[in-house]
Order: sequence, then C-alpha cells, then structure tokens
Amino acid sequence: MPRWGMVIDLDKCTACQACTVACLAENNVPWAEPEEAALGRAIFWQDVITDVEGEYPRVRARFTPRPCQHCEEPPCVKVCPVRATYKDEEGLVLQRYERCIGCRYCAVACPYGVRYFNWYEPQWPEPLDQLLNPDEGPPPETRGGRSGPEIRPKGIVEKCTFCVHRLEKARHEAEEAGKDLTDEELVLLPACNQTCPASARYFGDLDDPESTVSRLAESSRAFKLLEDLGTEPKVIYLKAGG
Amino acid sequence: MRYEGPREDAALFQPIVHTGWRFYVLLAALVIVVIWGVSAYYRQLSLGLGVTGMNRPVFMGVYIVNFVFFIGLSHAGTLISAILRIVGAEWRRPFTRAAEAVTLFSLPFGAGSIIIDLGRPDRLLNVIQYGSFRSPILWDVTAVSLYLLSSLFYFYFALIPDVAMCRDRLQDVSTFRKRLYELLALGWTGSGQQYRRLNVVMNIMALWLTMLVVTVHTVVSWIFGMTIVPGWHTAIIGPYFLVGAIFAGAAALIIIAAILRKAYHLENYIKPVHFRALSSFVLALSLAWFYFTVAEFMTVYYGDEPAHMVVFNAKFWEEFASAFWLTVVLCFVVPVVILGNPFTRTITGAVIASVGINVGMWLERYTVVVPSLTRPRLPYGIGVYRPTWEEWAITAGCFALFALLFALFTKVVPVIAVWEVHEAKELAIPEAVERLKSYFPGTVSATRE
Repeated sequence: MPRWGMVIDLDKCTACQACTVACLAENNVPWAEPEEAALGRAIFWQDVITDVEGEYPRVRARFTPRPCQHCEEPPCVKVCPVRATYKDEEGLVLQRYERCIGCRYCAVACPYGVRYFNWYEPQWPEPLDQLLNPDEGPPPETRGGRSGPEIRPKGIVEKCTFCVHRLEKARHEAEEAGKDLTDEELVLLPACNQTCPASARYFGDLDDPESTVSRLAESSRAFKLLEDLGTEPKVIYLKAGG
Repeated sequence: MRYEGPREDAALFQPIVHTGWRFYVLLAALVIVVIWGVSAYYRQLSLGLGVTGMNRPVFMGVYIVNFVFFIGLSHAGTLISAILRIVGAEWRRPFTRAAEAVTLFSLPFGAGSIIIDLGRPDRLLNVIQYGSFRSPILWDVTAVSLYLLSSLFYFYFALIPDVAMCRDRLQDVSTFRKRLYELLALGWTGSGQQYRRLNVVMNIMALWLTMLVVTVHTVVSWIFGMTIVPGWHTAIIGPYFLVGAIFAGAAALIIIAAILRKAYHLENYIKPVHFRALSSFVLALSLAWFYFTVAEFMTVYYGDEPAHMVVFNAKFWEEFASAFWLTVVLCFVVPVVILGNPFTRTITGAVIASVGINVGMWLERYTVVVPSLTRPRLPYGIGVYRPTWEEWAITAGCFALFALLFALFTKVVPVIAVWEVHEAKELAIPEAVERLKSYFPGTVSATRE
C-alpha cells in the first residue's frame, strides 16, 4: 500500500504561484470577488505563504508553497463530528462533500490553515464559467465519498486532495495497459507539480525507499512545517540556501 | 378568569389571572425583535454564511459565543434549584421555579446557536447517522441533549403540585387551559404520600443534574480545549468555563427575580434577604472567576511561548484589549465594589452588578473564542472579524425569544413554586429549629445520628 507524500524544494521555488493557479483551474475552485478575497474568503487549496522579516535594507522574504500537509496524525480528522473528513488507506486526508455539515471545526483545528469554507454558492464570472474542469472526482466507492474537482455546494469545507482524481485516473489507465504506475509518472502527477516551471515539486510513495520523494526526504535540507506539533505531515520541504 | 383559594396565595396567582397592558407592549416589542432575527436568519440560510463577518482564519464568531453564553446561563436554574436543594439552603425557595425556567428556556438557544452556525443545517441528522465520538462536538451533543431532557423533567416534576393548584383554584378558565392543567397535573391530589415521593424524586434528580452541570460545561469548553489552538489548549479551561457559567447564571437570576418581584408585586415573597444571599454567592463566584483568570494568564505570561504570547498580547494590549479589560472591570471590579459593600448590596446594586456581569461574561466568551483564531501559527497575517448586522439581529432574536418564552410562562403557572414555599413554613422551619438545637450540648438529636 503506497503512502503518498510530496517534496517541495524551496531552493528551486521562485514563488511564481503557477502551482496556485493550476490548482484553482484543475479543482474547480470557486471564484471570490475582490472584496470577499479581502475578507479572507478566497479559496486556495494550494497557497504560497509570504513571510517578510526585517526592514529595508536588511529584508528577508520567505516563500512557502503550501498544499494540504496530509498529516499522518491529522488534527482535523479527530474533531470532525460526522467523519466527513478522514484519512484513507493510502494516507490521503480527504473530505466527503456529501456528508460535511459545515461546522468548520476542522478548519479551526488545522494548524496549517489548509481548510476552506464555501461562504456562498460557488460562482465564476464569464468566461471562467465556460472553462470548468469536466473531470469527475474519483468514484465515491473507491475513496469512501465524493472529493476532487466536482462542484461543491455552499456551506461545506473543502481542501487539497493531492489531486486524488488524477491519481485514480492514472492508476486506472495503467491497470488497463497491464502496467504499474512508475515513479516517473507519479512525480508530476498533481496539477501543481505538473505546472511548476522550476520543477521544484515532487510527488510519490513515501513507503517506497527507491521513490524520488523518499530519496529527497532523506536530504539534510529536509524539514516539515510545525513539526513539533506531532501532526507528522507528509509534505517535506527542502530548505532554501542549503 | 378568577382565583378562588386561600387568600395568602392570591398574589402568586395574580399574574395568571390578570394581565396588564404593559405585558402586551412587552410582548409586541419582543415579537418585533424575534421577527428581525428570523428574517436575518432567513437571509443567511438563502445566501450562505457569507452574510456574517466570519472568514478564514476566523471561522467562529458571535454564534459560538452565544452558544457558550446560553449554555452558561442555563446553569442558573440547576444551580439554584438543585445544588441549593442538596445543601439545604432554604433561601432558594422563592427562586427555584424562575431558575428552572431559565435553564429550560436558555438551553434551546445554546443548542440552537450551533445549528445557526452550521453551513448545512439541513444535514444536521448526519450527526446521529455518522456521529463520531472522537469529536468533542459529539460529546457536546450527548451532554447537552441529556441535560435538556433532564432539566425538562426536573422542571416539570416541581411543577405538578402547582399545576394541580391551578386546576383546582382557577375558575372561569378557557377549555384549552383547563385541559392543559388537568393533563399536566397527572391527577395530583396533594396527599402527604405524593409529596414524599415527589421530594425523593427531586432529591435524586438534583444530584443527577448537579453532575450534569459540571459535565456539560466542561464538555462545552473542551470544544476549544481539545484542539491545539493557542489560548484554547489549556487544562484550566474546563473549570474556568464552569465557574464563569455558574457566575453568569446566578447573576441572570438576580436580574430576573428583581423584574418578577417588581412587575408582579412579589415583594412579600422575594425579599431583600434573598437578594443578599444570592449576592454573596455571586460575589464569591466573582472572586473565583478572577482567581481562574489570574491562574490562566499568569501561566501563559511566565511560560512565554511565542505561539501563546501572540494571543496573550492580542488580548492584553492589542485589538481585543478594550473587550478584555472591560470584562475584568465588569466581572471583577464592579461586583466586588458593589456587592462587597453592605451599603451598596441592595436590590438595585445587585441588579446593576448582575447586568454588568452578564455583559462581561458574554465579552469574556468573545475574548476566548475570537482572538485565538485571529493569530494563525503560520505567517498568514492577522485575522480580522467584524460581526455583521445579520449576526447581531440573530443574537438579539435569540435573547428576545428567550424573554418571550419566559414572559409567556409567567402567564401559565405561578413563577414562585407555591408548594415549595408552603413546605418551608410547614416542614422546613420546625426541622431547622430541631437541627439547630442538635448542634449544641444538652439536647438529643431529633434526626438520625
């Protein structure tokens, strides 16, 4: 059984935000009016956190691309009153759209701020409404519920899935061809990774010692966000300037 | 409607028999506020929670504050009625009925505030179908529903003798009312055997409810305490919330008792001595609340952990400072000054202090819930939360509906438990004399050793 994880090399990342945009398009993330975005209502399953320290001329800016950390010990999963959010067998932390009651307790419990709420009915201005991703989420029976790019109703929580629908699709295609998914195919599988112009992002199986992500995770530059909280994230960062 | 019964109880039935124009004015005013709240909720339901001021990272706001506040308010009833019954505090007697009614009418708004806060209230039953006991919300659902059910029975059992009096003593009543009294009285005749049974049940229920008071408010606090959010994740939050709840509840009872006393001319029943007893109680709770506050913040301050200190600073010196310090003034400084001084510990003084305490405790809940959320651990920047008119309207609607239910209740049964007051005269006074005598040398105890 694979254990999916991601490695992000901060030395390579240029903070161009292409990952963010690719994610919005891939996953049919609803559009937020500028005034709503100013209120903190915009949804970014994948965001780039900007941290500027010091004052001119001694300024240090840090950029951290931030998908869901898909924790091994997810604080969000524990607090959900209806098991709408859960960690599946392969370690993905997913959200069942059809079950969530919109209490937002998970969003409060997540120390990484990766969970987003649909404050209104989702909408897209023209011509974005013509450009929605027609892909469906993985069949509910394979992942225990509806997740992925399918349009979410208002009043529920949504989050990054590591593009679980792309994973299912690739796996299905490989099965049809009678092959296994290779590490090479996996590395760029999520939309954010595929789009990254700097090739700073890697996806793969952390339980396979030969996989790209496993080898990179052993780097002396490797670290995790808020590691001391005991959440055991499966997103591993490689320190910049190493 | 006429009252035909012993003259001495006439004042207690007067509110049922006679309704003045002021009552209708109050009713109309409350109905208007309720309609305002309902229309705001309808707007929220059709448009989405976007009409509130909530956002990311401030995912919780006024509704959750109301939830904690109303549950806290509900502890007034059980506290006065159950705990004081157990310890045998005789001064509780004129307050019990009103106190139990506060519990019964405030609890639905505690539970209701959670439903108002949901993005998908239509999926509420998922909580039962897919309920996960790993989640503190499920602990709350269990504890609060148990508490609501138990309070309802406790309230009703204590009501039976008085409903029977209504059935027997009120003449020329409408058929509906007559049926209602007959049905609720359960064929009560008022025999000694029935009273003995009732007291046994009430004593058992009092113990059960006292346990529930502790459980319910601890579990409410654990919604916050069980997460690792700075400012919430502290062991003291359970007892801290509990003390605050009993504090606000007892203060609310002072306000309500004073209003009932004035509006229904119950000066003969609810006397300054009762307010003095309740005031001392509230004063002690104010000191306890302050002690918990100091214990909580001193630990955080001395520990000096960065993630906790940003929340501490937000409360002490930054944008939440006015709410935080106002809480300290209203919940500690004002009550201690007014209630600690025999000259100002009058009914008016107690009411002023109590209004302050309730405003203060609402603010305290606010400064527990919101500041922690505005300071995410990762450098996203500071969250800002400004409640919208919809949130205030819904809040006002909840309080108005609470008052409305309470007002209507005063027109159905006596607001003072008639049988409990009688019992004091007939049984409790002789018992107390015996007990007092038994404390001292030279007399043989009349009660069991």
